[in-house]
Amino acid sequence: MSTANTPQQATATPQAPTGGRDRPGPQALSPARTLATAARVLRQLTHDPRTVALLLLIPVVLITLLRYVFDGSPQTFDAIGASLLGIFPLITMFLVTSIATLRERTSGTLERLLAMPLGKGDLIAGYALAFGAVAILQSLLATALSVWVLGLDVVGSPWLLLLVALLDALLGTALGLFVSAFAASEFQAVQFMPAVIFPQLLLCGLFIARDRMAPALEAVSNVLPMSYAVDGMNEVLHHTEVTGNFVRDVLIVSGCALLVLALGAATLRRRTT
Amino acid sequence: MMNNSGAAIEARGLTVVRGGRTVLRGLDFTVEPGRITGLLGPSGCGKSTLMRAVVGTQAKVTGTLDVLGNPAGHPTLRPRIGYVTQAPSVYTDLSVRQNLDYFAAILQPGRRHRDARRAAVARALTDVDLTSHADALAGTLSGGQLTRVSLGAALLGTPELLVLDEPTVGLDPVLRRDLWSLFHTLAADHGTTLLVSSHVMDEAERCHRLLLMREGAILADGTPEALRTHARTATVEEAFLHLVDEAATSQENAR
Repeated sequence: MSTANTPQQATATPQAPTGGRDRPGPQALSPARTLATAARVLRQLTHDPRTVALLLLIPVVLITLLRYVFDGSPQTFDAIGASLLGIFPLITMFLVTSIATLRERTSGTLERLLAMPLGKGDLIAGYALAFGAVAILQSLLATALSVWVLGLDVVGSPWLLLLVALLDALLGTALGLFVSAFAASEFQAVQFMPAVIFPQLLLCGLFIARDRMAPALEAVSNVLPMSYAVDGMNEVLHHTEVTGNFVRDVLIVSGCALLVLALGAATLRRRTT
Repeated sequence: MMNNSGAAIEARGLTVVRGGRTVLRGLDFTVEPGRITGLLGPSGCGKSTLMRAVVGTQAKVTGTLDVLGNPAGHPTLRPRIGYVTQAPSVYTDLSVRQNLDYFAAILQPGRRHRDARRAAVARALTDVDLTSHADALAGTLSGGQLTRVSLGAALLGTPELLVLDEPTVGLDPVLRRDLWSLFHTLAADHGTTLLVSSHVMDEAERCHRLLLMREGAILADGTPEALRTHARTATVEEAFLHLVDEAATSQENAR
């Protein structure tokens, strides 16, 4: 292997004016760096098969449990089951991302990466891609089992369920990334789960229709993204075609995910005290 | 792009405030290109903060700080500087090679650089003597081995400036000697500028130039011989202690 392959060594003196120009500089978003980051995150997961097993199996086990809890009232299982298929990826991706980015911050690897020519967008998009891929796998398993084995009665296309589940996963990734900036330790990070997710869980219409809540709470639920995630799942449950409400729900959930991802990017500081 | 003085690093009135405390107090110094400059001083004297300011990860920096002809932290500097933090910053749940592969992909992204990346990773593994552990999970390595993985990652892009925060802590004497000879090779053959911090004074003798620090200020600046001659001592350690006493006396006299 010839050392002439590395442009750095081809430069005669390190202080030559062109020293830094023949190297790829930092850009806002570089597909190659984003993909390298996503591959690295997934590679980290392959060294942790137990986490992968937990990620993939817990939703499957819980949805099965739910099916037999509501053995006597299949309609209830349809309503709650569909909602849960959207909520699982949100919660698990929230937890996984908040811990993963917190570890990145505390281990010093984030400081190293930000001192290197890596765009913040590359890092965030890399995480979103990697955990998005895991979420697809997770949702595929849970949705397939629910629809084909447990008899979840979906009027619309199961693919639309999968789409909402994927967007929910991205929202969870975004929230986790954002929240990890405010956690100094893993203890604090896991406490953000009940703080950020539980209120949404109570108000999203899973337990009772949102229009039957106290008006003030209904107003709050109107601005929480999980309400639209659950609403989107219910649209697929009851309608064969893609409804206007479904499109609205999908847009709101993706908009929220992008907004929170941008907020998360703002919390990544190259310079820290 | 170089400044007139031709220095690799040039600081004028460099001040850093951390949590309301002034950690660096108006430092003036230069670091010569292609040489090894040792940054020495007791723990907590501001060595790490100075290094973070140079690589551009330190907030609340005032004064002038030019690195390789650009203001510190300038985006074009990022591929040109290798930085090793005091604590090894690597992914413990990846193998040594996977760690280096990832950092190499950040420096030289894209498929067309694949061969160059592979060569860079192989060379970095050889440089830090970890070829035999390339496929071991970083989390299973010893502290010294982990430090070397972190150092290997910084060597990847053949940077023009290497900023190494206590790179030899916890390493055995043989390895320390090998790493110092690697540092000298980098400076001599590639013209790499090295800024190396240490609180072990015997490493000072291996540097071309020294910056002695104490309580956020530069106590002395010069070659090891010059410092020894000036203080009329046999070792840099004695020279440092002499200078500390001198500074304390002049401080008392000023009161």
